[in-house]
Amino acid sequence: MIQVNQLSKCYQGKKVVDGAQAQFERGKVTAIIGPNGAGKSTLLAMAARLTSRDSGNVIIDGKEIAQWNTGQLAKRLAVLRQANSFAMRFTVQELVAFGRFPYSKGRLTDRDNQVIHSALAYLDLVELKDKYLDELSGGQRQMAFIAMVLAQDTDYVYLDEPLNNLDIKHSLQIMQVIQKMAHEMQKAVVIVIHDINFASCYCDTILALKHGKVVASGAVDEVIQGPVLSSIYETPFEILTVKGKRICSYMV
Amino acid sequence: MKKLLLSLAVLSTASLFVGAANLNLQQILNGDPLALEILFSSRLPRLLAILLAGAGLSIAGLVMQQISLNRFAAPSTTGTIECAMLGYVISLVFFGEFSQLWLVFSSAIIGTLGFIYLIQRIPFKNVVFVPLIGIVFGNVVEAITTFIAYKYDVLQSLNTWTVANFSHILRGDFELLFIAVPMVLLTYVFATWISAAAMGKEFAINLGLNYQQILILGVLLVAIMSASVVMIVGQLPFLGLVVPNLVSLYYGDNLKRNIPLTAIYGALLVLCCDLISRLIIFPYDMPIAIVMSILAGGVFIILLLRDRTYA
Amino acid sequence: MPDSARLLVLLAFSLGLVILTVALGLTADNYAYFLSKRIPRLLAIILAGVAIAQASFVFQTITQNRILTPSIMGFDALYVTTQVLLVLMFGSLSHLVVNPYINFVIATTSMVAFAVILYRFYFNRPHRNLITLLLVGLVFGQLFASISSFLSLLMDPTTFAMVQAKLFASFNNVQTDLVYLCSPVLIGVSLLLFRLHPSLDVLLLDQDNATSLGVDVAKLTHQIFILSAIAIAVATALVGPIMFFGLLVTNLSRALLQSYQHKVQLQGSALIAICSLLAGQWIVENVFTFATTLSVLFNLLGGSYFIYLLIRNRVA
Repeated sequence: MIQVNQLSKCYQGKKVVDGAQAQFERGKVTAIIGPNGAGKSTLLAMAARLTSRDSGNVIIDGKEIAQWNTGQLAKRLAVLRQANSFAMRFTVQELVAFGRFPYSKGRLTDRDNQVIHSALAYLDLVELKDKYLDELSGGQRQMAFIAMVLAQDTDYVYLDEPLNNLDIKHSLQIMQVIQKMAHEMQKAVVIVIHDINFASCYCDTILALKHGKVVASGAVDEVIQGPVLSSIYETPFEILTVKGKRICSYMV
Repeated sequence: MKKLLLSLAVLSTASLFVGAANLNLQQILNGDPLALEILFSSRLPRLLAILLAGAGLSIAGLVMQQISLNRFAAPSTTGTIECAMLGYVISLVFFGEFSQLWLVFSSAIIGTLGFIYLIQRIPFKNVVFVPLIGIVFGNVVEAITTFIAYKYDVLQSLNTWTVANFSHILRGDFELLFIAVPMVLLTYVFATWISAAAMGKEFAINLGLNYQQILILGVLLVAIMSASVVMIVGQLPFLGLVVPNLVSLYYGDNLKRNIPLTAIYGALLVLCCDLISRLIIFPYDMPIAIVMSILAGGVFIILLLRDRTYA
Repeated sequence: MPDSARLLVLLAFSLGLVILTVALGLTADNYAYFLSKRIPRLLAIILAGVAIAQASFVFQTITQNRILTPSIMGFDALYVTTQVLLVLMFGSLSHLVVNPYINFVIATTSMVAFAVILYRFYFNRPHRNLITLLLVGLVFGQLFASISSFLSLLMDPTTFAMVQAKLFASFNNVQTDLVYLCSPVLIGVSLLLFRLHPSLDVLLLDQDNATSLGVDVAKLTHQIFILSAIAIAVATALVGPIMFFGLLVTNLSRALLQSYQHKVQLQGSALIAICSLLAGQWIVENVFTFATTLSVLFNLLGGSYFIYLLIRNRVA
């Protein structure tokens, strides 16, 4: 389990994240939602040692994040940020193979190759494995990155806006994979997401941020409620129930 | 503004009376022929050269920063100076004597234009990258120049030419610098156009301006001004970079108002550096380039480190 | 042709050039003298070339940029300033100037110290930016250049001529004693850099992904910065400044070999460095008949290649 306590960060005198409190449990998908500039990505980056923090702590499996050896932590926690573009050209298989670095330090074993292959199969990428990333569509590329994260074989997975700029088909595909990662593989998956309906339909718990503060958190039913969302987004909300799922309508 | 002009006048007068040969007001008023000769053939030309070079190069930097959309661009960080030197060496090697002004100007213009087009094609993630590439580009052009100079054995004359020095300025060989006057005036007249271009290509075209023409005009101004300064006095490192940046730091970014300010501050800075370089090992002159690079280089580093916007 | 075969071809080329360089014109009478001259020179060329190539390549990885080399940080100018300063302060006949060991140690120490100070300075700042660091180094370089050109004005002509000879060090007057002193340093640094290759591969995925995969990016950057500073400083003190050489060989290696892996690319750029230095030296001696120097030639070639890379828009 990952426990986030009183996490804060200032940037140029402005509090980007302000005393955030959160808990990420295995077997569950947690969505972090909130308006632009609410501090969602910063919170995620701090909870993954990518950004420094001003105060607070992050406990991963009973140990403070700063106490972890970064190489050991890479076997427990994988994080994927948005907008990944590189100077170098990689094939899908080469990218996914990087996921095994924490274990093999670049020298792939038979076991590594098995894991890589099953990650590729899991995301339906076997046929594309020798294609270069820049030859793929945005959706396929995102699948390749998620396959890398999967190959990293960690208990905790953070994804920063995994649906950014994707079409509906790929968005659905990725959300289904994310759900399976949590429910079938017993991982704790944390995603930053803008589309509240995807959060509502595919996630188990929701953490809502506004101006750096956690303003609501809990199960989907508790957070996806008209008054709660209206105050977060400063927009009138109406919650409908379609096939047992809560769907938000926010067209005025 | 008044204070500025006053201090410029005071320092200019001081500059006239500093030097190895003794010269004072009494002698001039008495019409002492020797004193007048020193004044008109050496001291006054030197002062004028300083003022014109300082103002001209600072304005060149200002224009460069506008048209390249980068506040760390200047003739010394975009290869303009090195291209001018390449032109000089070519004219030296192929025309025997240094009289081919057009060659120096045109190579400075072509090089600068080329660099501007280059940086427009490359999407830079980082503001600091443009001056870095520019300096390396300058080094490349310098390598070509050295290659030619080494082969034709003119390395020596190239070296004496590149270190800025006002001590050898006499009447009759600095007059080219007056070119800075029409150039500054032109910049002033076209200030609005140039600052519109500084908002970016789409913005300028959206306003109905001919972006390419403004760009070429800007490059012409920059290249001719800096090439003539380099030819007469030599390199004044970082001057064109530091002065406009300091002016915009304290006065904001109104181009029309900044042009006269930049010109005056530029002249003032060069004047101060020249006085320092003349007094520090009196009666000998230390090359102003050294004082300049320590002072302006230091300011540049401070500017770089305090700039947070790209971090 | 797979990369491994290409590497073998490069290796064969290098060996051929090495043999030619050593053996050409050797007879039973002159071999002792020629070998005593040629072998240290060859060693200097190979070691300096390999060190510059490795240092440049890994430096490009940590700066995420293909057109930078650690040489642009003002090492050349600092080297010149150190030499001029030594002569001016202690006289041209001082041990500090004449003794190659002491002189070499002073020169390299000052260059490495400069790099370390720059780096410390950069690392203590809240907003780290490696490109800014480079530019600051470059500005310092221009400052050093101004200082040394002023100091050399204060010297008398004979002293100046002596310093000048030291500054245009090239492969023709490599000091034999120095080569053996440098060898362990350069071999050590090259090996250490090479050993970092798996983590460097991961760094190609950008800092955040590399951190997520368990690479300590700050530590790696630090190691590489210091190691490449040492490599460049020693190579500069040994054979003189060749600013654009690193840029040329790393990019040739990228063009020639397909793999992104540092294991392959580091071997490739090292071999290309050896080939091009030996071939370049041959061209300088035979085609230009010493009308140009190796460093001028490589700055010209490397510089033109730099412009070509810019125009091709290959700057990441």
